[in-house]
Amino acid sequence: MEVTRDKLHGDGAAVPTAAAGGGDDLGFRVRQLRARDMLRGDIPDDELQAYVEERVLTTTLDKALAWARGNSMFPATFGLACCAIEMMSLPAARLDSARFGSEAFRASPRQADLLILSGRVSIKMAPVIRRIYDQMLEPRWAIAMGACCSSMGVFNNYAIVPADKFMPIDVHVPGCPPRPEALMHGVLKLRSRIQGDAPDGWRERYDAVGTEEVVGDADLPGVNAINVFQSGETQGA
Amino acid sequence: MTDTTETPAGASAAISDYRKQEESITLSSSPATDAPDTELLTINMGPHHPSTHGVLRLILTLEAEVVRDVKPIIGYVHTGIEKTAEQKAYWKVIPVIERMDYVSYYFNAMAYCGAVEKLLDIEVPARAQYLRVIHLELNRIVSHLIWLGTSAIDLGAISVWWYCFRERETILDLFEMSSGQRIHTRYFQVGGVIEDVPRGWVERVRRFTKTMRTRADQYAALLDKNEIVLQRLRHTGVLDADTLLDLGVTGPLLRAAGNPWDLRKAAPYSSYDHFAFRIPVGATGDNYDRYRVRHAEIYESCDIIDQALDGLPEGPFITEDRKVALPPRHELATSMEALIHHFKLVTEGFRVPPGEIYYPIESPRGELGCFVRSDGSSKPARVHMRDPSFHNLQMTAPATRGSYIADLVATLAMIDPILGGVDR
Repeated sequence: MEVTRDKLHGDGAAVPTAAAGGGDDLGFRVRQLRARDMLRGDIPDDELQAYVEERVLTTTLDKALAWARGNSMFPATFGLACCAIEMMSLPAARLDSARFGSEAFRASPRQADLLILSGRVSIKMAPVIRRIYDQMLEPRWAIAMGACCSSMGVFNNYAIVPADKFMPIDVHVPGCPPRPEALMHGVLKLRSRIQGDAPDGWRERYDAVGTEEVVGDADLPGVNAINVFQSGETQGA
Repeated sequence: MTDTTETPAGASAAISDYRKQEESITLSSSPATDAPDTELLTINMGPHHPSTHGVLRLILTLEAEVVRDVKPIIGYVHTGIEKTAEQKAYWKVIPVIERMDYVSYYFNAMAYCGAVEKLLDIEVPARAQYLRVIHLELNRIVSHLIWLGTSAIDLGAISVWWYCFRERETILDLFEMSSGQRIHTRYFQVGGVIEDVPRGWVERVRRFTKTMRTRADQYAALLDKNEIVLQRLRHTGVLDADTLLDLGVTGPLLRAAGNPWDLRKAAPYSSYDHFAFRIPVGATGDNYDRYRVRHAEIYESCDIIDQALDGLPEGPFITEDRKVALPPRHELATSMEALIHHFKLVTEGFRVPPGEIYYPIESPRGELGCFVRSDGSSKPARVHMRDPSFHNLQMTAPATRGSYIADLVATLAMIDPILGGVDR
């Protein structure tokens, strides 16, 4: 395998790549030499600029960041009710969320980047949770664990408020309470979202994009606050 | 305890002002008389605090590091469970009631089902009573394991927590075998239990109790004579039995002060009088006794489970009264009467004769009582729970006034309040 330096500084077509029949080894060798030249400063300015812009900054670093973030989520030590007991099983021996770097529960919201709402949120507690969420530093994520803080669950009464009413939620984990495995699944879903390779929804999988049902005038222009229900109408009543 | 740190020779010249100030601090229990230290400081602790075991909020009045006053503020997980129970048929109340004290869910169901059974005046079959006892005692062990693990974290020892949750998972597997759920199983039914235990379950429970005793020995080896545990727990949070009784405190906290009050012995329910077991009591009523009493209760629970497994009677697992209990599934295909009973139970539920009842049981935290008033309809007119966590929380201020704020954390861990039960 002979690679000369002349080939590198030619135009793009002259660079042997795997697709052009150069073979994997050759392509790798070319990239290696190019990287060495770059370190020496042998690559011309414009080409170096293009190289850096294309590869290093926008693609590689972002992905590395996302990879690192997704693999080191620090959940806040924040328990509300029954689900908190199951949440505690997450870093325990059987599930061992340390495999995915999310075992270190942080007591201070400023050190945490994942808020697991584990349990029922009462109206009295909601502003406290909102404040804790606001105190967390970006990037931050939230998982609504269990039926209560997703949809008020079995209670569905005057005292409980679903979490979506007062803060953004990234992942909902259903169950009453969800098994620790279910929460682990939710954490992994969140991880894949953070890392940018979230699986498609069912509409994408089954060619059903555009079949969403929109209630009322939700897509009217100029409407900022959307209430899809008429006033006085309560959902499911 | 006066702390004068020795400085290494030759390093004294390099000591900064900060270091000097730090070394001048003495850890005596009487606060210094200088003006800045006698200033009272009111701080907020909770509702989001890792050591409050839930969403308890404490308003502390501190004099330097010494707690002068504690005001607990509750209601952060108020769920409206008692009100919700009034809107549901009697047998549909059970899942809601179970979610009250979410660590000891079998006990919530037992108190409620026992109360309704008393009102209905129905007999629970012996096998159901024994199965109830086994599940209750397994649940007591789970509750104590969660308490032990989280309290140990509060004291700075995380390794105990790993071991406790290992055993907890084993018990939850047993619950899953018998009912299909890990927690909030809805296994107890008015008139008995919802299903008989599957084949092989009894052997697995037996194997578990055998290992549980050795595991409890291991916890004791880790903690009983641990220097840090002794310093943090001994002679802290002391309250005598009379004060505790005045405050309405029951359960292991009262027993740690030397009063052997246990409803399993004092007013046996669900055939607890068939079993021989001892009641662990403490001597001084400090935090260390509270730890030892709960730890010793794990062994007694294992003994009760073993006896119940040995004497597990044959027979029905739920009452034969078709007006209360669902008919067996196979009868629905052959018997019109069974179909009618099934339909009436599922749509309307059973009616309970008018009256009111208070049914107390011994939960892992103390006297858990359920008050049910019936107006003759198929929905309870009022359901009220006397939750031990709520009453035990009364001792927070008397037990911690005058102690260090670190002792407050230890005392709170040993009180073991479950805020879901406090706020309901």
